[in-house]
Order: sequence, then structure tokens, then C-alpha cells
Amino acid sequence: MKRAKPHPSTHDIQEHPGAVRLAHWLQALAIIVMIGSGWRIYNSVPIFGDYRFPIWATLGGDPAISKIAHMDPGVANALNWHFTGMWLLLGSYLLFLLHGLISGHFWRDLLPLRPREILRDFIAAATGRLAHRLGEYNAVQRFAYWGVLFAVFMMFVTGLAIWKPVQLSWLTWLCGGYPTARVLHFIFMACICVFIVVHVALVILVPKTMLAMVFGRAAEPKNVHH
Amino acid sequence: MSITKPKFLADVDRRKFLEKGMSLGALTLLTGCDISDNDVVQGMFARVSRWNNFVQKSLFSRTRLAPEYPESMAVKNFRYNTWYHYDQSPVISGSDYRLELAGLIADKRPWTVPQLYALPQKSQVTRHVCVEGWSMIGKWTGTPLSVFLNRVGADLTAKYVGFVCADGYYESIDMPTALHPQTIMAFKLSDEILPTEFGFPFKIRIPTKLGFKQPKFVTAIYVTNRNPGGFWVDRGYNWFSGT
Repeated sequence: MKRAKPHPSTHDIQEHPGAVRLAHWLQALAIIVMIGSGWRIYNSVPIFGDYRFPIWATLGGDPAISKIAHMDPGVANALNWHFTGMWLLLGSYLLFLLHGLISGHFWRDLLPLRPREILRDFIAAATGRLAHRLGEYNAVQRFAYWGVLFAVFMMFVTGLAIWKPVQLSWLTWLCGGYPTARVLHFIFMACICVFIVVHVALVILVPKTMLAMVFGRAAEPKNVHH
Repeated sequence: MSITKPKFLADVDRRKFLEKGMSLGALTLLTGCDISDNDVVQGMFARVSRWNNFVQKSLFSRTRLAPEYPESMAVKNFRYNTWYHYDQSPVISGSDYRLELAGLIADKRPWTVPQLYALPQKSQVTRHVCVEGWSMIGKWTGTPLSVFLNRVGADLTAKYVGFVCADGYYESIDMPTALHPQTIMAFKLSDEILPTEFGFPFKIRIPTKLGFKQPKFVTAIYVTNRNPGGFWVDRGYNWFSGT
């Protein structure tokens, strides 16, 4: 069946320029690498009691080989992933920020940010009464995107505070000292994990957003509510 | 034949999407286990690690000091952390011990423990940061390595200082770090001569580097222009490992 070319008058359209898609997927890859390797590093000296992440969910090679070959629980590989992934994350994050600021994408699509609207949309979403229109972000989404951008920024801040507690001791001090900076690094990681779970769940509910992020464009007839 | 554009309007079957997505996830999990254990990935790590050495070297300042803490914050029972049990630590006789010197050093005569302990000493209360994430504030007392290197006529324009240890450990640091005022040959921990498991007769204490860069039971020091690597460095850890 031949379909009519989607037009803004008849369709909701979502478009993502190449730079956004590239930055999005590179950040996605980098964050998976950072979380997987971060969990392996965390496991070597847990912060919260004896809680450790399951090995299958971590990144850093076969722990048995590392242990037998070099008396190392796979932390060397995990650290290598972490200190490689951070450059990928930094690059793609900066690309995303620069593009968003210069193109006006941030002002156009991610503002305004009003607490009352966020609360209203949050309640609507929680009770299943929030309609989703392709190409338009509701207040909760706008808040979530700013939130995750801030969380990644804080991962850099707390990460630098842990990596360089001497050369950047002022930053470590701002983070409340070395042990506190480590806990903060964990907390912002957890925030990003929550974002990922919700983000992926919503993509599964509205798969066309995935098409837009892969191919650059997706459309659907107006008044189709999810 | 006309080329049709991607079917933006095509209805995505949610179930299929889920299935495909799940199997992709499962695939990454299955392969995730050994994705690090291949030469391509390790080659990439080696290159990035060299880049990270360069970044850290640029960030390092010879005059920027590690924060020092009030003595009351120093931990009395310091954590023991090595790959072997502490009762396997090498027991060194204070009277038979000789510190060997080699490489770009003018006066290579070996040093005895009394000679070492007669060197000028100062104390520091600094944070020891382990690559695994734990940290502890301790009080160390000893001679700045720069004082010792000057005394034996080391070539201070050389690039590296290497250390050999009684337990098979070995390490090396860059010359700027070796000359940093807080880099010391620590003879005492918590005001007491280093106990056996903490590195008698001395360890190298470097508050600007991670714990594993600070060798214990040092039996030889050498100065060289060739990077000597290190025990954990040769097992994949970053060489500079500055804090």
C-alpha cells in the first residue's frame, strides 16, 4: 500500500540531525562501558557493605584468567575500559552540548522548565493519562533530559575528584573529600541508571522514537495517542 | 525502479522490536565476559594508557603539595594490602641489609640501615589512595628522595627512577615525581620503625601517586632513561598513576 508523505499538517514528526544521533549513540556506548567497568572497579572494594555487582553485568575480561595469570581480579582491564571510555564520553558529551547550545535545540525543545508543569505531567504520566506526541517533549521529559545531562556532568566532576585528589585537591574538597566524592560518583551513576531504565522502557512503548534516533526522522498521523 | 526512502511510517511491531532488542542485549552480555581479552582491545588500552600518562604528566606540578592533615586524623592501625598474606613478607636483617645503587648515579656505594636512618628526616600526614578505591590517612617519616638522590650524585636530568624490592616487586617513577618535596624514603609509619609487613627497612612514600606506585622493602634504586615499568603496570595498570 502506498502511503502519503508525512506532512506537519497531518503528522507528528520527530527529527534528529546527524550530530545529535552520532553524539547520542556514542554517549550510549560510552556510558555502557563506563558503568560496566565502574561496577567491576567498585567490586574490588565495595562502598555499601558487602554488596557487589554480578560479574556478568561488569566489564573487564575473564576474572579467572586475570586471577590465575596476574593475581588480579580483572580490575586492570576494568580500569583500562574506564579510562578509555571517559575520553569517548567526554568527546560525545561535548559534541552533544555544543550542538544543543549552538543549534538552539536545547532552548527550542528542552525549555521551559517549570516545576508546576513537571509535577502536572508527572502525575499525568503516573496515572497513565499523559499523551505522547512524536517530536514534542512533555515537562517530565524535559526535566529528565536536563537531569541526565547534569548527572553526566557530575560524573566528570566527581570522577576527576577521585582521579586527581592531589592535583585537583580543590575539586575533591568541593566534593566533600575523597571518600565522599567516591560515594557521590556512585550516586550520580545510580541516577543515570534510573534514567536509562525509564528511557529504554519509553522507547519500547513508543518504538518510533528509536527510528528517529537511528534514521533521523519518524512520523505518525496526528491524534494517535500512546 | 525507484529507490524508496526508509519507511518512517512503517508500523513497528512492538513485540519484534522487543525480541530483537533483548537478543542484542543478551549478546553483549555473553560476549562482554571476554571482550577485553584480545590483542586489538589490549593494543587500544596501551595507546590510551600512554596518552593518559601524558595528560597526568602535564597536570602534575612539582610545587603543588598533597593536602596534609592534622596528626589526630592519622590512622594508627594502617591497612595491610598486598597480593600475598602478611606472614609471607620478606624478613630483612637490619645488620645485613645493603641498599644497592645502579644506573646514572655517581656514587654507587651501597647503604646500610644505620646510614639511611641517619639522613635528615621529616614527617607528613597524608592520604594514601589505593587504585581499588579505599583510602587512608597515615603519618610517615623519612628522608625526601630528592635529598638522597642529590647526596649520591644521581643524574637529575634522567627520566626515571626505578626500585627493586625484596618481595619480587618492582616499580618506577618519573624524575619530577622523584624530586617532589613530599616524595620520601619512609622509615617510619605512625612514629614507629616500619614493621616487617609494611616494608622494613623503608618504603617509598609518594602522596602524589596511587598506593601501588609506592614500593616496600626497597633493596635497590637505579636511575635510567628507559622506562622500567612496574609489577602492576606490567599487568595492565596505568604507569603514571598520579593522584
